[in-house]
Amino acid sequence: MPAVSETIDAVASVTQGTYKYGFETEIDMEFAPKGLNEDIVRFISAKKNEPAWLLEWRLKAFALWKTMEEPRWPAVSYPPIDYQDAYYYAAPKKKVGPKSLDEVDPELLRTYEKLGIPLKEQAILAGVEGAGEVPAEGGEARMPVAVDAVFDSVSVATSYKERLAKEGIIFCSISEAVQEHPELVRQYLGSVVPQGDNFFAALNSAVFTDGSFVYIPKGVRCPMELSTYFRINAKSTGQFERTLIIAEAGSHVSYLEGCTAPMRDENQLHAAVVELVAMDDATIKYSTVQNWYPGDAEGRGGIYNFVTKRGACRGARSKISWTQVETGSSITWKYPSCILQGDDSVGEFYSVAITNNRQQADTGTKMFHIGRNTRSTIISKGISAGHGQNTYRGLVKISPKASGARNFTQCDSLLIGDQCGAHTVPYIENRCMTAKVEHEATTSRIAEDQLFYCRQRGLSEEDAVGLIVNGFCREVLKELPMEFAVEAQKLLQISLEGSVG
Amino acid sequence: MLKIEGLTAEIDGKEILKGIDLEVPQGEVHAIMGPNGSGKSTLSYVLAGREGYEITGGTASFNGHDLLAMEPEERAATGLFLAFQYPVELPGVGNANFLRTALNAQRRSKGEPELDAMQFLKTARARMKELSMPEDMLKRGVNVGFSGGEKKRNEVLQMALLQPRVAILDETDSGLDIDALKIVADGVNAMRGPDFSAVVITHYQRLLDYIVPDRVHVLMGGRIVQTGGPELAKQLEASGYGSVQAA
Amino acid sequence: MNAPVENSLSEAGLSAAGAAGFLHRYEGLRARLPGIGLPWLAALRDRAAEAFRAQGFPTRRVEAWKYTDLAPLTQTGFGEPLTPVESALPLPRHAAPKRVVFVDGRFSAELSDADVPVRSLARHLPELEGRLGALARTDDLPLVALNTALFEDGALIELGPDEDGGVVELLSVTRADRPVTAHPRHLVRLAEGARLVLIERSWGHGESRYLHSPVFEVEVAAGAHITHARIQQEASAGLHLSTVFARVAEGGTYDSFLLHVGAKLSRSEAHVALVGPKAAAHLNGAQLLGDGQHGDCTTFLDHAAPDCPSRQTVKTVLAGRSRGVFQGKIHVHQVAQRTDGYQMNQALLLSDQAEIDSKPQLEIYADDVKCSHGATVGELDENQLFYLRARGIPAAVARSMLIEAFLQEAIEGVTEESARAALSEAVAGWWERNAA
Repeated sequence: MPAVSETIDAVASVTQGTYKYGFETEIDMEFAPKGLNEDIVRFISAKKNEPAWLLEWRLKAFALWKTMEEPRWPAVSYPPIDYQDAYYYAAPKKKVGPKSLDEVDPELLRTYEKLGIPLKEQAILAGVEGAGEVPAEGGEARMPVAVDAVFDSVSVATSYKERLAKEGIIFCSISEAVQEHPELVRQYLGSVVPQGDNFFAALNSAVFTDGSFVYIPKGVRCPMELSTYFRINAKSTGQFERTLIIAEAGSHVSYLEGCTAPMRDENQLHAAVVELVAMDDATIKYSTVQNWYPGDAEGRGGIYNFVTKRGACRGARSKISWTQVETGSSITWKYPSCILQGDDSVGEFYSVAITNNRQQADTGTKMFHIGRNTRSTIISKGISAGHGQNTYRGLVKISPKASGARNFTQCDSLLIGDQCGAHTVPYIENRCMTAKVEHEATTSRIAEDQLFYCRQRGLSEEDAVGLIVNGFCREVLKELPMEFAVEAQKLLQISLEGSVG
Repeated sequence: MLKIEGLTAEIDGKEILKGIDLEVPQGEVHAIMGPNGSGKSTLSYVLAGREGYEITGGTASFNGHDLLAMEPEERAATGLFLAFQYPVELPGVGNANFLRTALNAQRRSKGEPELDAMQFLKTARARMKELSMPEDMLKRGVNVGFSGGEKKRNEVLQMALLQPRVAILDETDSGLDIDALKIVADGVNAMRGPDFSAVVITHYQRLLDYIVPDRVHVLMGGRIVQTGGPELAKQLEASGYGSVQAA
Repeated sequence: MNAPVENSLSEAGLSAAGAAGFLHRYEGLRARLPGIGLPWLAALRDRAAEAFRAQGFPTRRVEAWKYTDLAPLTQTGFGEPLTPVESALPLPRHAAPKRVVFVDGRFSAELSDADVPVRSLARHLPELEGRLGALARTDDLPLVALNTALFEDGALIELGPDEDGGVVELLSVTRADRPVTAHPRHLVRLAEGARLVLIERSWGHGESRYLHSPVFEVEVAAGAHITHARIQQEASAGLHLSTVFARVAEGGTYDSFLLHVGAKLSRSEAHVALVGPKAAAHLNGAQLLGDGQHGDCTTFLDHAAPDCPSRQTVKTVLAGRSRGVFQGKIHVHQVAQRTDGYQMNQALLLSDQAEIDSKPQLEIYADDVKCSHGATVGELDENQLFYLRARGIPAAVARSMLIEAFLQEAIEGVTEESARAALSEAVAGWWERNAA
């Protein structure tokens, strides 16, 4: 039997039940009634004690959403979603305000422990005073990570807040930002992804319940990685978080996002919006490790991950860099994009997407070159296994004024097994004579001789596949912050054990 | 002891090995010489367990383990090492990472403790120095962009690190200049001892000036047709394989 | 990502109006169309007309037409080409010793050479049941539906086993003294081992807007080989919308080169299916577009059998206010193991008012494949330009040298000498006229 088909058999034997994060947390939850209408939008807004302008903003989004249709152009298929058959608000019942972590349900803390997320130090998560100063176990001089955790729809814990505040950095949940920094939220919310941008963004704008907010003042280099951990837990719940990051002139921030969800037979919707704004000379690095529940081997259950992420390089020499490792979700639909307005601004997109079993991914990026000498780099690595379908879809658009613009795109696909698909759909639209655009794409599989070579050196077939796939993804993985890179590599390995090799 | 009896194998229905009998006692180095197409590489692949060859008869064992019943990595764990004639490129996989993963996989299977990154690097650097390999070869992708000579040295480095008990060197001399040849030969000679045996497969006698074999076998038409001492190699060099055929 | 196309509010209404005009014409003409007495053909035409009615002209909302707007077509009221053909009609020089000529979509015996293995389709329709329309899809391709409803004639080329058809020029002339349309249907069938070099030229004569919308059906049996050089040299106001369907059996080759150099708006679509092991396709091309021109090269390549190689290099040079489009899709079916596909699209912008839109696309369902594509867009290489100028070559000359080199690289890939010569002649002097 050829080695690759053995690999596939190995996949089949270990696939089911291997989703490491498929536990459910039993927590007292508070729900809004199922369904979506103006009253629900008002309910959410009232629950969060929002100012009138934000309610109006939401209602406008809801009105737009009602006139829109779900996009049909992605290369994914799924049964129609009944938007009335879901909860749009679910929150862990809190005894007091969210700031006192001691009040957080112990179940929740155990959830984080199981996740093994960077805030695994219970002390930090529980907000024990001075915990941030405690070096991590093993005595390594590790960069601290400030974490905002979003549980279903609500932000439950933000760590390191005081230390960040000393630098003038605001890192909190967006609900809190609405209360504490309404002027900033009002100025920037929807300025990169308007309410009517697309169907899912409109939905999110109407019903978003929480998310993270980051503001880095002029000239400040954020002293630590900022991180948000998202988890969908409640049944029949959509998660609609909204993240807004503003980097003022000369500032620098690296932001990490991780996601998991429990195993369920039903599909759950995750429709987030992320907006980034970078002013002159500012840099935002946004990294995602997406490990939502992918559904089982037959494609039952799993998250519909329909996300709009976009960054605006408003200032000269600003830079926005997206890195994503997408291993989860039954369907992924996301195109983290850059609007390169400022002269000499830089956009980057580094992506690894794995689809296995019945997973479908249609992901890529859009780079809009508007300013002069703007540069963008796109590196996409797609891995298809099982019956997975993996599409890279990307747009590079160069406006007539973007003289000297440069883009380089590389899309590589790896196929494992003959039941999967790998697709590449790049759009290049250039209206500028002095721009240079280069696109390369390749498709390959793991060669038998590569597997044999590794096995001759004593590696098991699974390890060999893992090693080769990690090698295939190396250019992307090296873009991740160190903490996340290790986690992502392990995640690939898990996905590979359970999904590829 | 590597013991092969009556081994026959075919590829795509074509018989390549037509009954190989060979014994390599522990501690000995044997050379297998033969013209192109005689089955030399097939023999090495069959012993290491590559897909695509059908074993139609015979046995092959190493220290009593039935090689033919094992997966490639299990054969590696019993101490069998194949130095490839054409080392495979693994883009994006760092050489150091690969070597450490392989080494630890084998240590694990032997119940030995795994090496951490620092211990590994120390060992690897020492071995590389012996092989006159530039240190940046550890950082590069496995065999990616390596010259022919670098690839072969990388094979010998892996052998030095993995410390096999039997090594099969498949035309390791092809494409090497005389300096690289000496380095490779030194690497093999350094391994020689009562617990190490080797099968050196080569087309030319040249390598055997540096790795002096205990026995020389001539493989032609899928069979060992002649066996002798090191002088047999010289004789072949002088009179060619034609003389054997005539014999 | 957003809906891919900006809305054009008036579009839907206009295309309906344009489509209605053509449907009206079909109704008026139906009784006089050749072969209408053949029940199978009448049914084929009626079905096609219905398919066209259902779809209308494609708008930019249709993904495959995202970059090409048919407004110039839908806004024009076209009439019938009724005037008799004069034998004095000025024609371009022969591109091959043997030539057949179609005028306004109808075979012209007096302008054509004798002894050419090309017959008039209109005169052999009764023999073509099951063959005509075997490849041309109408359900999702409205222009092909329109052609199927309205075609009056076309070339019929049928070569027997191992027959060598030599080099044949197929010249389509449209007389654009007023807005006319021509929808010829060409049927090319090569039996096992047959060979043919077909130099197909589209030529316009006159100042008026006109539509030339041919459809080719090309059957390449096992081991057969066709070189199909397509030279679009329509008159400057012409609209050229052509579609080629090719099906290639085991070991056969469809080797094509497309040149767009004329017309106000042109789009050439190719649907090529490799259905037997080791069938091969080359879908190369070049577009040279000057001020006011729009050119669109769109290809769909189906790898539906194992061990098939395909090669595609398309180059586009854009001057003035012009727009070039390349859309190339390679679809590798699950059975198509060991596919070797290569696709390259390169564009050169010579003006700051030009636009290139490029969409190379891979859709792969087999794991043991070698597929790659690339696209580059840019201006002339400054280093090369400087090198030439440093050797004393004036800038304008240097530029035209480099553009010529860029294009010749594509044309030189055409191995058939006569076809290459015809292509070279068609592009000769273009860079001197447009590089300034």
